[in-house]
Amino acid sequence: MSAGLDRRALAVLPDGERRSAHDAAVFNLREKRDQAGRAEPDFERLREHARALKAHALDHLDLLLERFEENASRAGAVVHWAEDAPALNRIVHQLLESRGARRVVKSKSMLTEECGLNPYLESRGVEVVDTDLGERIVQLASEPPSHIIMPAIHRSREDIGALFHRELDVPPGETDPVRLTEAARRHLRSCFLGADAAITGANFAVAESGTLVVVTNEGNADLGMSLPGLHVACLGLEKLIPGLADLAVLLRLLARSATGQPISVYTSLVNGPRPGAELHIVLVDNGRTRLLADERHRRALGCIRCGACLNTCPVYRRAGGHAYGFAIPGPIGLVLAPALGGTEEQRGLPLASTLCGSCTAVCPVKIDLHEQLISWRASDVPRGLRERLLSRFAAACLSSPALYALAGLALRAAWPVLSRRWPGNPAGPWLASRELPTHPGASFRARWRDRVRGAGP
Amino acid sequence: MPELAAQRPSVALFIPCYVDQLAPEVGLATATVLERLGCEVGFDAGQTCCGQPFVTSGARREAVRLARAHVERFAGADAVVCPSASCVATVRRRYADLIGEARAWRLASRTFELGEFIVSRLGTSDVGACFPHRVALLESCHGLRELELGRASERLDPEPSRIGVTETLLRGVSGLELRPVSRRDECCGFGGAFSFGFPELSARIGRDKLRALSESGAEYVTGTDVSCLLHLEGLRAREGFGPRAIHLAEILASGAGR
Repeated sequence: MSAGLDRRALAVLPDGERRSAHDAAVFNLREKRDQAGRAEPDFERLREHARALKAHALDHLDLLLERFEENASRAGAVVHWAEDAPALNRIVHQLLESRGARRVVKSKSMLTEECGLNPYLESRGVEVVDTDLGERIVQLASEPPSHIIMPAIHRSREDIGALFHRELDVPPGETDPVRLTEAARRHLRSCFLGADAAITGANFAVAESGTLVVVTNEGNADLGMSLPGLHVACLGLEKLIPGLADLAVLLRLLARSATGQPISVYTSLVNGPRPGAELHIVLVDNGRTRLLADERHRRALGCIRCGACLNTCPVYRRAGGHAYGFAIPGPIGLVLAPALGGTEEQRGLPLASTLCGSCTAVCPVKIDLHEQLISWRASDVPRGLRERLLSRFAAACLSSPALYALAGLALRAAWPVLSRRWPGNPAGPWLASRELPTHPGASFRARWRDRVRGAGP
Repeated sequence: MPELAAQRPSVALFIPCYVDQLAPEVGLATATVLERLGCEVGFDAGQTCCGQPFVTSGARREAVRLARAHVERFAGADAVVCPSASCVATVRRRYADLIGEARAWRLASRTFELGEFIVSRLGTSDVGACFPHRVALLESCHGLRELELGRASERLDPEPSRIGVTETLLRGVSGLELRPVSRRDECCGFGGAFSFGFPELSARIGRDKLRALSESGAEYVTGTDVSCLLHLEGLRAREGFGPRAIHLAEILASGAGR
């Protein structure tokens, strides 16, 4: 089950400096979000507006998709439809192959992580360079992103210095962020200039105008879209919004929620290809229409991938993104994993939450994240036979006051044994890092009885 | 709901199973405080569990069964008061989904966490308690975000910050010095079944909380949920540092009363 996450956290983020640095760096983003939100008096009203407009967009997704295809095609783009991950990978590969494109610059897209596009292309001889700095770092380190907007947030500058020394010929011992960034920039510039094609994601797709909206802080997506003659944009169906007025609302929330910036450094609106170039847009389902049909959980499709729920999550900050075993970590990942993932372990991920509700409280589109976790637990989390029998037994004891009293006495008798560590102790997980409280003896109801009789305090 | 302050309100105690078994003194303190404030307090020994552990672990059928029994048991009560915010949140926020019946809604609107009952229904913030110690408040998540016993730090609307009912009550306790805690409303890591299913992560979050509480200089940590406090107390016993846990009801019951 999902307890693998607990075990992997120890390896991914060992206790000590690395774990506290990760927690501090990620929580810092949450604090920046708070500051930026406080400086925007309309913030809470914007959230409500965004919730409503995303709900509207999901309710009318069929119409929006058709309108988008029509308008994007009119602007000169070619729209493709991919039912699942293999379809996306095949479409992109065919586009590249038919044009003889061997070198690709790619900007950040969680969708292509979800679909495994990079390994698919690489195994077919295409050289894919991720051009977002954080993405490039994890790519050079041969690992997936650990955060949806800060892919390398689990890495220290010492790690990155050593990695760049090995991969990019930076002098040994270099840890200065400015010099490391300059080295990456020089390296990436040559990749951009030599690229045959660019692959990007998109943050939003505007139906009324057929416009793609791409938001970055590094301008890497923009450079990719501007240099080679072929641009392939891959996006999930849920990115559709009706009009530019809706974009205005979401852009005011996105960067503030993500990094505390009023707006990202680059916000590009792409309407059709550049003169003489090609623009292909691949709209990907990969489980999304199934989720759309699930009334209880469809709101999760409103996610704008800002990462605020990760930043505030007490579990994510102490586990690290790699511990989750799903492309999207943190609360939104727990909610999407059973719908878009589907392995036994991924279906168990909704258990990996304390249900503190902080994710729900920061979400810029007000997805009821922790409530969705509760309902996923009831509907889809695989429960073992032992667990099912245990909860049936416990419920039976709790359903009868007489059995309850008996169970209370048994628990009291067993308490000294439960409080000691021994193999197979059901209290073992608790005792791994905590003590059980001293048993107080008589229960409240026993003492209340004495109190009513005038015998007790 | 009639105005309660004028009459002698009748209160049905809702003492959750784990409080009954592991923290009876919290139940007794709850009764003491309410009686001092003029309530007529009753306890129905037929009650057991509201079903929360089954709701959060996904055992829906069992949760429905216990929720029905709980609604049945308290159907006739004017006001139900409980010293556990997460159990109140279960009745108020989950029952409608478990049993979509009018009496579930009715009970939800009549079930209160102890502190919110005192401040919002009885209309007082001074219970005449005396507790001359440095105290830090653990703002348990369900109480904070589902019952709004305080103002969660995530909320960014510019309205002047309202002080929550728990803090209001603590400020009314004579001699008590409330200490600020960094990341005041971050979860303690308990999370019910989470503490057993993900023991390492639960303990990591808990140890960080214990450290923040300890750095506040408080001698005691208090809150509205016994479960979070037991988790912190268990960590304190293992780690050998940090403030001692004491439930809000026990602080309010200390001293001679008004």
